[in-house]
Amino acid sequence: MLVPIPQQETVVFTVSELNSRIKGLLESNYRFVWVKGEISNFRIPASGHYYFTLKDQQSQIRGVFFRTQHRHLQFVPEDGLQVICQGRVSVYEPRGEYQLIVEIMEPQGRGALQLAFEQLKRKLEGEGLFDPAGKPPLPLCPQSIAIVTSLTGAAIRDMIKTFQQSPYPLSIVLLPVRVQGEGAGREIATAIETANGLLHRFHWEVMIVGRGGGSIEDLWPFNEEVVARAIAASEIPIISAVGHEIDFTISDLAATLRAPTPTAAAQWVVSRLESLQSDLARHRDRITKTILYRIVDRKQRLHFLDKRLVDPKRRLQDLRLLVDDRMERLLLAFAQKLQQLRIHHSHLSRRLLLVGPGKSIRQRKDHLNQLCRDLNHRYLQLLENLRFQLQRQSSKLDTLSPLAVLARGYSVSYRLRDGTIIRRASEVNSGEGLRIQLSQGLLECTVNRSIEAAEALSSTKSHEETRK
Amino acid sequence: MSKKKSEQFEDALKRLQTIVEKLERGDLSLEQAMESFTEGMQLVQLCHQKLEEAEKKVEVLVKDQQGVWTTTGFEPVPRENTEGSP
Repeated sequence: MLVPIPQQETVVFTVSELNSRIKGLLESNYRFVWVKGEISNFRIPASGHYYFTLKDQQSQIRGVFFRTQHRHLQFVPEDGLQVICQGRVSVYEPRGEYQLIVEIMEPQGRGALQLAFEQLKRKLEGEGLFDPAGKPPLPLCPQSIAIVTSLTGAAIRDMIKTFQQSPYPLSIVLLPVRVQGEGAGREIATAIETANGLLHRFHWEVMIVGRGGGSIEDLWPFNEEVVARAIAASEIPIISAVGHEIDFTISDLAATLRAPTPTAAAQWVVSRLESLQSDLARHRDRITKTILYRIVDRKQRLHFLDKRLVDPKRRLQDLRLLVDDRMERLLLAFAQKLQQLRIHHSHLSRRLLLVGPGKSIRQRKDHLNQLCRDLNHRYLQLLENLRFQLQRQSSKLDTLSPLAVLARGYSVSYRLRDGTIIRRASEVNSGEGLRIQLSQGLLECTVNRSIEAAEALSSTKSHEETRK
Repeated sequence: MSKKKSEQFEDALKRLQTIVEKLERGDLSLEQAMESFTEGMQLVQLCHQKLEEAEKKVEVLVKDQQGVWTTTGFEPVPRENTEGSP
């Protein structure tokens, strides 16, 4: 292929000349451009300038954001971030390269402040700055309070009103700061640090840091890293009270407690004291009730024991009653058992009668009865007989009795001296006393003369004869 | 010192809590219960005292001529100023 040779009048540039020409062309025509695209290959070398590539789906351009320019940027660019940049095109002649010198950068879709908020939040979160474990705990009894806010804002008026309407003696010390605009964040952080430095003198129990409502720009100091770090480093527990209920700030996250508004922060203090007071009242009531209950209970127990102690007799009586009762039951049981046995027995005997030789027993019984009667009869007869014989013998005996002889006129003589019966006259001497037993009565006599048998016979004969 | 005071308060309240629970468990002798009760009532008294003894005041922290931090009385500015005006 033939290359046409340049003509005499044709201008031939050196590389430097061309690049210089291009530089002039681009830099004069693109001194103020807006470009939108996605950031990639973002890096920050030691110089502190931001280097990156801005791209869309088809193309890309290199960009640089000098340190002096991005100083005021509230967020840090990152890969994948859609941004709108304002700047100029610049050509770097030694390499024949061009790039975009960025002067302003705005994130697309969300505001720069929003992005900055998210970035700072992520960063501090990563450092554990929001970790509740690292925060000083809220006081039980907040009475001495430091407040970091503007002296002229609505916030301080609202808070003081809330405190003054409460019945509690609260000591408030204000640390005045600017709460918006350039440098406000630094002031707030300094105030927090100052308060901590003076803690040994003022002994604040809690610190409220905040301001009333405003735009996101107005509230911005409370999203600054310097404030967040001062809060996180505070020894005094901090209640962050920024803006309205819907406003969330980095301060809220770094503080021990987020109050939705400054008034709410003041109300928290008041309600803490209220609940403390009611806790105290409740405790007092509980211990009073408990001790009263204890005393009443002991009294009742004592009374009960006392009653039991008084009367051991009653216990004895009770025991007696118990014994009686047991005995009765025992007897009853015994009677029942006996009755049972009796029934059983009669049942058995009935059965025995039923099966046994009943008839013959009755016959024998009759026979036995007959025998009994006979025996009786005979016995009576025998007895009669014996009685008769006895009578006969007895009358026989009567006739043999010496008394019967005496009745017939005989008598018996006894020597008075020794009671011997005298059978012979020779047995007695004259002058001796005799007792004569007659049929009726006794005679005591003295012997005149003892006459021998022969003489006596004749004398007796004569005597009889005389009698005849 | 005041910090100590606030700690005292919290300790007192904690102790009171313990006493209430102990009394309510009911495993104390009557003597112990009476003792705890007395201590409890003293603690209630103490806590009330501590609640009352602070002084109601609003002050501003300022630096005096010698550069020493001190406080001075404060009256809130009426509502004409807007938030944070420098």
